[in-house]
Amino acid sequence: MNKLFLILKREFIAKVRNKSFIVMTFLSPMLFVGIAVLVGYLSSMNKDKATEIAIHDEGGYVKSTFKNNKDYHYTDISAMPFDIAKDSASKNYEGLLYIPKVDSIQSLKDKVEYISENSASINFIGQVEEKVDSVLTSDRLKNLGLDEQMIVGAKVNSNLKLSKFSGGESLKGLNEIKIAIGGFMGYLIMMFIVIYGNFVMRSVIEEKTNRIIEIIISSVKPFQLMMGKIIGNSLAGILQFLIWIIVGLLLAFVAQTFFGLQLSSNASMSPEMMQAAEQSAGMLKLQSYITEIVNLPLGLMLFCFVIYFIGGYFLYSSLYAAIGAAVDSETDSQQFLLPIIMPLILGVYIGFFTVINDPHGTVATVFSIIPLTSPIVMLMRIPFLEPQHYWQLILSIVLLFGSFIFVVWFAAKIYRVGILMYGKKPTWKELFKWMKY
Amino acid sequence: MNNILEVNNVVKKYGDYTALNNVSLAVPSGSIYGLLGPNGAGKTTLIRIINQITMPDSGKVLLDGKVLNPNHIQYIGYLPEERGLYKTMKVGEQCLYLAQLKGLSHQEAKKQLQFWFEKFGIQEWWNKKIQELSKGMAQKIQFVVTVLHQPKLLILDEPFSGFDPVNANLIKDEIIELNKKGTSIIFSTHRMESVEEMCNHIALIHKSNKLIEGKLNDVKQQYRSNTFQIGILTNNIEGLMYQLTQKFEVNPTHFKSLNEDIKLEINVGNHSSNELLSILTNFGQVTHFVEKIPSVNDIFIQTVSQ
Repeated sequence: MNKLFLILKREFIAKVRNKSFIVMTFLSPMLFVGIAVLVGYLSSMNKDKATEIAIHDEGGYVKSTFKNNKDYHYTDISAMPFDIAKDSASKNYEGLLYIPKVDSIQSLKDKVEYISENSASINFIGQVEEKVDSVLTSDRLKNLGLDEQMIVGAKVNSNLKLSKFSGGESLKGLNEIKIAIGGFMGYLIMMFIVIYGNFVMRSVIEEKTNRIIEIIISSVKPFQLMMGKIIGNSLAGILQFLIWIIVGLLLAFVAQTFFGLQLSSNASMSPEMMQAAEQSAGMLKLQSYITEIVNLPLGLMLFCFVIYFIGGYFLYSSLYAAIGAAVDSETDSQQFLLPIIMPLILGVYIGFFTVINDPHGTVATVFSIIPLTSPIVMLMRIPFLEPQHYWQLILSIVLLFGSFIFVVWFAAKIYRVGILMYGKKPTWKELFKWMKY
Repeated sequence: MNNILEVNNVVKKYGDYTALNNVSLAVPSGSIYGLLGPNGAGKTTLIRIINQITMPDSGKVLLDGKVLNPNHIQYIGYLPEERGLYKTMKVGEQCLYLAQLKGLSHQEAKKQLQFWFEKFGIQEWWNKKIQELSKGMAQKIQFVVTVLHQPKLLILDEPFSGFDPVNANLIKDEIIELNKKGTSIIFSTHRMESVEEMCNHIALIHKSNKLIEGKLNDVKQQYRSNTFQIGILTNNIEGLMYQLTQKFEVNPTHFKSLNEDIKLEINVGNHSSNELLSILTNFGQVTHFVEKIPSVNDIFIQTVSQ
């Protein structure tokens, strides 16, 4: 036990002191935020240059509703005859919005035309249609003798209440949150396994190529060495993730305050509308989200995250260690890595495509029980789990830890033989033969 | 005499291949024991079994009379043939780590390290990384790490490879000094002259079997052929040859000498060496008379090629 701790400590320190670890740890969040800032800056620069649009509206039906904003700049050229206006617009403007002079304003419905070289963006089309619609609607209301203000005031915004047969209340938008949280946890586990499994493998290969391995295993059991490596590297990984989260949050905060980046902007709404909508609907939404999050089985989720994290990481990284022991160099490892990475990728795909549509369907259920995919798929399912699914959760955890013990035992066998084998790359058949040594 | 190490009927198979076939050895306490054998004979497998790196399929290994167990690790020092260190780790930290793995406490390890670093005059290497050292320097560190925990049994596999003659000599002296202090040493090498010089016991393993074992002198006694190399200055060569061939087997030979003498190799068989000597003295001046003692090299080649 003491020796395991010594190995673990060395692996952790060696990893953390490594220059690439330090650079990776502090550079990646900066890089990430840097790119976000750059993208934000570039797109805001793009918006600075508004698209120039000419309007030819002789009747003056709608031109007053088109106000300049930072995306679009409108110029009224209704004074020119249409032919000249068209000619001028093709040279000086991005496009020409042509509203013909009509007898009845209602006949504008399908007569408004937008003429341009490049096809207009969906956003722009929507905006124009919306404006024409509103002009026509208010005209129609007026003709019918209805007060527009009264109609707006009479509008009702209903809210569909969702509940379960079991009696509990379920809230709208909960699924989005569940998917986001489950998906994030599953994806995090996969990333961690791939990155830190690889580190474990490299560390094994390093000891083999350094030829220090024989000295070490004359002092400790190969199993201790393997476990020390796996745990030491995982601790370094957890540290790195923690630093990333903290630094990332800090940098995002700094970026947001200093550059005033608006992370989400709704182009179809005018700023005033957006503000109003955000204040009322946004507050409501936020409130319901908070209630929903509190209603989630947070304790269970955290517990399961830790359990699946440990089970999944140990299962895979012991396989990585066995592969590292079997080969002499990283280039030789590709052949053996593919069967390890496949179930991980499969797990993520199943999680994002199947669990979202049908969290308790056959595919999602089966893959959340199979140990190689369960750490990812089950984690994504957990927010959706109901008490009647708990047997699946328990079965999945039992199977995961059962196979975890088996795989560690199996990997330790290969590891024990592999670390002292130099020269030719073993075949799969030879790996199984080693188990008998 | 008690034995520090006993290997009893050890068998080790890798699949269909038998690496050790019922091998038994006894290493006396305080000896320098040469473990010889051509490449692939099974020496490394045997050494790994003694170090508990691999387990034998059957048979027992006793250290100091007790069946080998994990606690014995601290009594054995092992310098493998395939050896190296963490390249990017600092020398001092690395030595401390390896010593602690052998069961030494941090303070004890530090104390021992200071002793050895001072002895070799390498204190300034403490904060260097292994990759900044030359191969010979790294080998020195490796030797220090091997003996640091004051093992009762030292197993050295090709200890001199990678050393220049000066450092090889330094290490050789250290080995002998450790042996004088009571450390038993198993010495596996292909350099027969160092076996000749240092070992007092040898064992020869060939094709997974032990062929020879015993005190170096006893083994030599076994392989002694009662052959003498002689040099003589004489005018009557025909007469001498006639008399000699009557009794002995005579062959011409070569050795370095300052005289223009006749050089012969004579197998006296059952006769005594004095009989040979008396014949020789009748014919002239004897300039060279020495028994041909089989070298370890001769024994090795003779046994292996049989």
